[in-house]
This record gives sequence, structure tokens and C-alpha cells, in this order.
Amino acid sequence: MSRKAGYAMKELMLGNKAFARGLYEAGVSVASSYPGTPSTEVTEEVAKFDEVYTEWAPNEKVAMEVAFGASLAGKRSFCGMKHVGMNVAADPLFTVAYTGVNAGMVICVADDAGMHSSQNEQDSRHYAVSAKIPMLEPSDSSEALNFAKQAYEISEKFDTPVIMKMCTRVAHSQSLVETSERVLPEVKTYEKDIAKYVMMPGNAIKRHPIVEKRMDDLRAFAETTDLNRIDEGSDNAMGFITSSTSYQYVKEVFGDKYPVLKLGLVHPIPANKIKAFSEKVDKLVVVEELDPVFEEQIKAMGIEVSGKDILPILGEFSQSLLTEKFGLEKKDTCSALEGLPIRPPVMCAGCPHRGMFYTLKKNKCTVLGDIGCYTLGAVAPLSTIEMTLCMGASVSSIHGFNKALGSESEGKTVAVIGDSTFMHSGMTGLANIAYNQSNSTVVILDNSITGMTGHQQNPTTGFNIKGDPAGKIDLEALCKAMGFNRVRVVDPYDLAEADKVVKEELAANEPSVIISRRPCALLKYVKHKPSLHVDRDNCKSCRACMQIGCPAISFKEGKAWVDNTLCVGCGVCQQLCHFDALLTPENEPKTVLLPPDKAVIL
Amino acid sequence: MVTNVMVVGVGGQGSLLASKLLGHVVMTKGYDVKVSEVHGMSQRGGSVVTYVRFGEKVYSPVIDKGEADYIISFETLEAARYLEFLKPGGRVIVNAQEIDPMPVITGAATYPEGLLDKMKETGAQVDAMDALDIACEAGSPKATNIVLMGRFSKYFDGITEEEWMKSLEACVPAKFLELNKKAFQLGRDN
Ligand SMILES: Cc1ncc(C[n+]2csc(CCOP(=O)(O)OP(=O)(O)O)c2C)c(N)n1
Repeated sequence: MSRKAGYAMKELMLGNKAFARGLYEAGVSVASSYPGTPSTEVTEEVAKFDEVYTEWAPNEKVAMEVAFGASLAGKRSFCGMKHVGMNVAADPLFTVAYTGVNAGMVICVADDAGMHSSQNEQDSRHYAVSAKIPMLEPSDSSEALNFAKQAYEISEKFDTPVIMKMCTRVAHSQSLVETSERVLPEVKTYEKDIAKYVMMPGNAIKRHPIVEKRMDDLRAFAETTDLNRIDEGSDNAMGFITSSTSYQYVKEVFGDKYPVLKLGLVHPIPANKIKAFSEKVDKLVVVEELDPVFEEQIKAMGIEVSGKDILPILGEFSQSLLTEKFGLEKKDTCSALEGLPIRPPVMCAGCPHRGMFYTLKKNKCTVLGDIGCYTLGAVAPLSTIEMTLCMGASVSSIHGFNKALGSESEGKTVAVIGDSTFMHSGMTGLANIAYNQSNSTVVILDNSITGMTGHQQNPTTGFNIKGDPAGKIDLEALCKAMGFNRVRVVDPYDLAEADKVVKEELAANEPSVIISRRPCALLKYVKHKPSLHVDRDNCKSCRACMQIGCPAISFKEGKAWVDNTLCVGCGVCQQLCHFDALLTPENEPKTVLLPPDKAVIL
Repeated sequence: MVTNVMVVGVGGQGSLLASKLLGHVVMTKGYDVKVSEVHGMSQRGGSVVTYVRFGEKVYSPVIDKGEADYIISFETLEAARYLEFLKPGGRVIVNAQEIDPMPVITGAATYPEGLLDKMKETGAQVDAMDALDIACEAGSPKATNIVLMGRFSKYFDGITEEEWMKSLEACVPAKFLELNKKAFQLGRDN
């Protein structure tokens, strides 16, 4: 093992954390984001710097507008989101291209090719192209840090927001970085400028040519910037144009053999540089994940190029994919073992969503779902959710479903939505139910946290991103103010009560909201009861306790068995057992107690 | 030359800390290193995998089929699942614990028997241990990950015990340090 000098000075850093470090070093003052894998840690990490005001906004549109406001005021600003979040923020995005910025504004969008944690795998580069906004794309942590800083320079130089595109493998890989000090940018003041900032037709029509001119300037900049670079090769039989993590796969497979034009500025792309590069190599190949965004632009330049004729449009790339597609010799592997059972993600032991899904299933409800941990309610054995589209869609869709089917579906159909998702985009759907009156039942699964993305605070939790006390939206009062007469709160650990409330609200002849409230079992302040254990004499092997898909319960030697490293004593399975076989340790109270300020228990 | 180590297990078992520790120690030795993690959906009790790659220069953040020199697995079925990623004759360090996945819990599948032997039959070098028991001996079942890292550390002559301990200090919160040091030691000596 040899030692390479110089590396000892460096730090091993997650791509998202390096991005956050870059924001800090660039002198960013305001950051507002909505969580979404794989973008979340950029904002979580930047929140650790006291110099940067950081917040979780209720959704991405709000976050982007907050960042715009801060930029307008003269402070460097940031907002972050995952790829689908950009759809939500697309409205301000397209017009902020027109207004431009005052201080620098950078937007992070993180794509998820391979759909590790997403409902689709859209390619965010299309947004840069169609909104006419420059986009940078780093290929490792060091670039994430440095590109973040360069992004602010570009933003201010060209008077434009800048998008920085991350992807799962850059966001969630650690590699070595070198940090430096925070440098505060030149002070900017807010100045009233109606023609620039009031986008009504008469003004906007004058801004559009400025946008086009700016794109021309950026195209010229793309030719010279060091964000785009050529790695020379020893063999010009082939040459690659690539970016991001695809660059790493190309280098992994081909080393320094063929020349590579690596794009760091991925919109706009440098036409002359590409043309000159193409003339140098016999065969030009674009290696890009998802859509042929570069390829189509290069073809439109009249340059002959390969890309999606060799490489797939679907999913993530890897070194073995490139090896296979370029016809290189495959690596020998250990032989695979066949027929292994899969291990899909599951709701955690003690997850409060479980009791509500059990109840909805028992009542044979049609459940229109939403996005969060509770989407796992679609998975066996609960298999309860029948539709999931995008955040907020449960509440809007149930209205359409019930309007279409009337009494056929009313009284049998519910929408389920988490607390964070409800704040994100469920409220507007609820307003529609209140306004256009469908007899719909909406269940808000309030686990007092944004669970799926790793425990972020939201407007219903009473805490801000730093964990300090903050404003707290009262869901009951909100729903009542919208005009719902029937707003019920129930503890999903109490199956009898949950069943009663669901039955009553489905039977009611008007719209209703059920708030299923119990904090996420993984929250630190939640006190757990000791693990249950099975009385093997009492257990009749009926498997009633297994209907709820708790990962802590399995069958061992013909009887139920509780894994005491997982069980948190929530007691939901106990309520299903007719034979008193699931026992609480002696002298323990049967209900779980929570600190009174953290949760309402009915 | 790049060394490839996969850390696999069940979401929530602490694979991130294990890979962070390895990443840290090889960084202090002066290597280029990449550690690729998983966040989000797959952490909910699902099958998880992290990749650690180190050497003179590391490009790809991921490890592909046939590339892993080592697989460190926190659970038996998960070791078997990723076996194809191992180089022929590579080494598997596996916690002999078995955790039923949901299809086994619901009765749709059964937990395969004799997995350790089946893995050996493929030519893999299988080093199985009851890391959970050892972790409990050290003071907490949560230290299973570090017990396995202790065992893994035996295969690297180039990194001294002291260097591993220094990296543990850098990666583990102070209040869990003693526990983790003990777990590492027990794993290494076992
Ligand atoms: C537009 C958009 N933004 C962000 C996400 C990422 N995301 C998925 S679920 C979720 C929040 C879930 O929180 P909550 O509704 O409280 O449910 P929980 O996971 O706590 O059950 C987020 C932010 C997304 N899928 N779509």
C-alpha cells in the first residue's frame, strides 16, 4: 500500500455536504428548501452554519420564491429540491429567468436515475433548456463545492438564477474535498426597478429579448469556461462527451485511452468546442444518463454523434453497463445464488401508520394514497393503497373520484396523506372539497414529522430546521376554518377507536377529515414500552398478529415470535390476538405514554 | 489498484457508520477514496448496500458485479444476495444472524437454509461470526456493525490497530466511543 502525498490535507465529504460547504464559502445568507431525496442534506448541512439563515419551506414553490425574495433584497440565496420538486416550483422558475436576480441565486435540483427513492426518473436538464437558465453539473464532492461557488459568480455576472443539478451518486457519495474560508460577496442593496421586477405583459415583453441575449452571452462563456474541460487521450478512434457521474464511469472503464470532453456547464453547451472535438475523433459518443439532451442538441448542430443507439434511456449507468454496451470483456464474478427472497422496505415496528391501514383494510375502503412512508401501505400484507401519483394528489383525486362515481364510491373511499405532504400541497385540494362539496373523507396521517426523507420538521411540528421552537399550524382549526364540520382526531394505536371513527365518518353525509395522530416511532422523544413476548402455550398459531406486516413479528417453530431488538411495545398486535399470547412484561402499563407537550392523545 | 469493499445489511443496522469508519481510516493512509451510501426509501428495513473504494485514483463511486474484494454483511441472506458482486475467491465477512424479510414473515417465501455452505461452494472465502452476540457482550446490540469492522480489520496489515482506533474516535460520538472500541477489539480478536 502506498501513500500519496497531499491527500492528508483533504476531507472525505458527502456530495451534498460539500455543496453546502460551497454555499457557505460563497457567502450565502438565506436558504429555503423542501426536503426530497437525494437533495435533502444540502439544506440540512447548510443549516449547521449560523451565518446562513436556513429554513424548511412548506413546498418547493414557496422555497424558490423565498430565495428569489432574498436575492431581490440583495443577499445571496439558495433553494434546494429533488427533481419532482422542480415541477412544483416551475412557475416561479420560468419567470425568474425573466426578472433575473439582484444578488446571486442558486437552485439545487437532484435527479434520481434508477428511482432509488422517487416516483419517476425525469431529467431536470429539460428545465434548464426550456426555462433558459444556465445549469452546472458536478461529478464528485470536490466539484460540488467549487461549482457552488462558481454558480454564484455566474449568477451575478449574467444576472440570472443558476441551477446546479445533482444526482443520487454525486449527492450521496463521499469523496475528498479541500475547504476554504467563507468570503462575503460585495454588498448589494435593494433598488426599486419596476421594469425589471414586475412581470406584467408590458414589462415582460421587454425582458424576453434580454433573456435571449443572455443565452447568447452564456453560449460564448461556455466556450471558454474551465467548467468544461478536455481530458486528452492516447487514441482518437473514439471520443466521449459526458458529464456528472457518467464521466466517472467513462474514466473507470476507458481510463486515459480516449479523449473526453467533460461538461460542467451542461446548459448552454459549447457548440464550437464540441465541433472542434468532434473533428479530432473518429467516432463521437455522448454518455448521458436518462434523456438524449446533449445528443439531440449536438445532432441539431449537424454533427454526427452516437448516444442512445448504444446506451439506454432508462435507469442509472455503471461501469459494467458501459463495459457491456461497448462490447468489452465482462468481469468474472462469484456465481449468484438463485431464488433468494427479496427484502423490500417496510413500515417500521411501531409505525403509527400501521394501525390506520389495518383499520381501512378491515373496513374494505378504497384508499387513494399520497407520498411518504405511508405509501408502504400499498405493500403486502396490508396492500391497502390503490393510487399514488404525486404529493397532494390523494386529496384532489378523491374529489374527482367521488364526483365521478357519486354514492357508488362515497362512504367507501378515503384519501390518506401525511402531515408534511398535507402542508405541501394537500391544503389546496382540501379547499376544493370544501368549496365544490364532495362527500369525501380525508385521513391526515399526522406522525408529527416529515418521515420519509429522514425526519425534517414541517409547519405542523412546532419546531424549525434547527430544532428550535417555531410556529405550529393547528390542523384541526385549519380544517374547521375551511368549512369542515366534521374533524376527528384518533390515536391509530387504539384499533377499536380508530375503527369506530372511520365507520362514523364514512357514514356521515358530508365531507370529513380524520386526523390520525401519533408521533413517528423513530423520533427521539418518543418513549417506548419494553418489547412484547409470546406465550407459546397461549399462541394458537392463528397468525392474526401477522396481518399487519410488522417486521418484529415472525413465525418460529410453529408459533409467533417477537424480535425484541425491533419491538417497541406499541401493542397493535396485542389487540389482534384472541388468546392473550402477546404479553407485556409484568407490571408495565398497557398504553404507551408520551410527553404531554409533544402529542395529543385522545 | 483499487480495493473494493461492500457493506451490506438491512436498513437500520448501521452500515453508514461502518463505511464511514473504513472511508476515514483509508483516507488517513493517504488513499483516494469514494464512499457511496443509500438514503431514503431503501432504508426502511429494506436491503441496503454501501460501497467503499480506495486506491491511487478512484473514479466510479459504485462497485459492480465481480468487482468486490470484500463483502461485509450484517445479515446472512444479504451476504448471499450480493455474492455476485464478489471477485472470484473474494472474502465475505458475515454476521451469522438471520432476519426474516417481509415475504418470509407473510409466509409468501421461506428463509433459505444452508446459505453459509452454499456461499462457500461458490469458492468465496466465508468468514462467519455471531457478531450480534459479541456486540451484546461489548454492551449493546447496536455495535454489531463495529464488531464486524473489527473482524474485517484483521485482513489489512497496512493499517495498524492504533490507526483504526484513531478513526473510531473521529467517527463515533464520544459517549459511545468506549462501547465501540470494545466492540471493535472483540471483533478483531475473535
Ligand atoms: C414534489 C415532491 N417533493 C418532495 C418529495 C419527497 N418526499 C417524498 S415523501 C415526502 C414527505 C413525507 O412526509 P409526510 O407526508 O409527513 O409523511 P411520512 O413520511 O412522515 O409518513 C417528501 C418530502 C416528493 N416526492 N415530491
